[in-house]
Amino acid sequence: MLRIDLDILQQWIPMDGRVLDLGCGDGTLMSSLADNRQASGYGLEIDADQITACIGRGVNVIETDLNEGLGNFQNDSFDTVIMTYSLQVMRRPDQLIDEMLRVGKECIVTFPNFGNIRTRSYLMLRGRMPVTKQLSHQWYDTPNIHFCTVHDFDMLCEKRNIRILHREVVTERFPDKQLKGLWPNLFGETAIYHLAK
Amino acid sequence: MPEAFPADSVGLVSPQHFTFDAPLELSCGRSLQSYELVVETYGELNADKSNGVLICHALSGHHHAAGYHSTADTRPGWWDAYIGPGKPIDTRHFFVVSLNNIGGCHGSTGPRSINPETGQPWGKDFPPLRVRDWVTSQAKLADRLGITQWAAIVGGSLGGMTAMRWALEYPERLRHCVVIASAADLTAQNIAFNELARRAIRSDTNFHDGDYIEHDTSPRSGLALARMIGHVTYLSDALMEERFGRELRSGTFQQGLDTPIEFQVESYLRHQGDRFATDFDANTYLLMTKILDYFDLAREYGGNPAKAFSNALCKFLVVSFSSDWRFAPARSHEIVKALIAANKDVAYAEIESDMGHDAFLLPNDRYEGVFRAYMTRIAKEIGAINTEEVVS
Repeated sequence: MLRIDLDILQQWIPMDGRVLDLGCGDGTLMSSLADNRQASGYGLEIDADQITACIGRGVNVIETDLNEGLGNFQNDSFDTVIMTYSLQVMRRPDQLIDEMLRVGKECIVTFPNFGNIRTRSYLMLRGRMPVTKQLSHQWYDTPNIHFCTVHDFDMLCEKRNIRILHREVVTERFPDKQLKGLWPNLFGETAIYHLAK
Repeated sequence: MPEAFPADSVGLVSPQHFTFDAPLELSCGRSLQSYELVVETYGELNADKSNGVLICHALSGHHHAAGYHSTADTRPGWWDAYIGPGKPIDTRHFFVVSLNNIGGCHGSTGPRSINPETGQPWGKDFPPLRVRDWVTSQAKLADRLGITQWAAIVGGSLGGMTAMRWALEYPERLRHCVVIASAADLTAQNIAFNELARRAIRSDTNFHDGDYIEHDTSPRSGLALARMIGHVTYLSDALMEERFGRELRSGTFQQGLDTPIEFQVESYLRHQGDRFATDFDANTYLLMTKILDYFDLAREYGGNPAKAFSNALCKFLVVSFSSDWRFAPARSHEIVKALIAANKDVAYAEIESDMGHDAFLLPNDRYEGVFRAYMTRIAKEIGAINTEEVVS
């Protein structure tokens, strides 16, 4: 079964779309998009084992350090540029989002919402950096160097004149599922943004 | 003893000779009236002849890519690490074809062969060749073998250039193109190193302006020096430091003694050079380095590699090695960028290695994993492996 954010974002991918997936992991999303949306394109990844896994399942994976930008790709050469759960590990997430919007007509970004009630209360009650099932690293060894909240991300989009075509937050918890509609920044665990210039 | 061959070796192999009597038109305007190719094959060609894999060798390579020619052989073919039962190019699934290119000196028609018009060896008069001439001759070999489409064409370095040329010249005749430690053309630095090697050969008094066979000699010293220069560029600084450092083979640094000192690295290079000079032909070396220098994937496509690749129909795997400064990862990036711009299917891996350019020949876990994953996928695609079967 696909991770919930990967499942939801598929509806925004055009049929036969040309897709670029940043931090594509083992190629699960690219394979699924090829099957469900007849999408084609490339996945970018830096982890050696994940790259081998992509090659084994026939995904066009290009070994890339995303911190160096998307220089291999021309302007507007993809229908959708996707980055799931990688925003927070980037050195300059804002610059990478600019790059994504340069290369793609539309973008989809998903990230863990640091404004979630559990991370907030973890920090407030324990006085320690939150360690949850989703964010399982300690502060000193985490690859996640740029956390943000739904509210923070909204503000970045506003400042950069990025259009938000869709925004969803998801959670697998109850009663958070009911409450996230009213207070997305408090009850959403994962934020999913569909963006355009 | 044959039973001493490793279980994942293709074992004892013997070269086959194929003679072609129809003239081969060359890109220089001349033609070879007839020519011979020496070829080794490993594995079995399947019924629909869809499992052929062509191996393209590099500058000094030849047909003997895997296995042993006799039980007395101390070392196997040059790519034995990657060809054999259970290896990335798995001979249980693929019919592997490896040949010595024309112009070579290991049995295919080249400068050492007899020119039928004169009855003498071709020597320096052997026609200049381009990579596309190799591709043409390899296509004739494929015809002879009944292979209309290769499952894959695989090559490292100059062999990678050959594989790419195939993709442009005969797009419908290959499903996959595997380009390892290669480039779309040589850099000025690369050409400079080749010219150093050529100058070394020409400066040898035994070269006799290329007519050394008539003088019953060979410019061994020049050839050895050419190989030593080349060899340094195929290794990395880190590897040489690790393997040799400042270790001495003979002599001592003790003051007051004037016994000659020899560093291990000197001895190693001399050995490499001498070994090469005993069986390699100087005119072949000159010819092959020129082929490398002239190669330019995109020249006839307005210098635009993306436009060149737009003709290709196959899928690509591109691999580079971090410490390779002769065919650096940046050169592979150019290939990948062009393939993306041409909207072709491509996977790219940059393998961490200290082994320099030679890394493509040597064992490396990650490289092997990538190579195996790609080849396994091809084997599944052509039905050589049942997709339900778990691959070990």
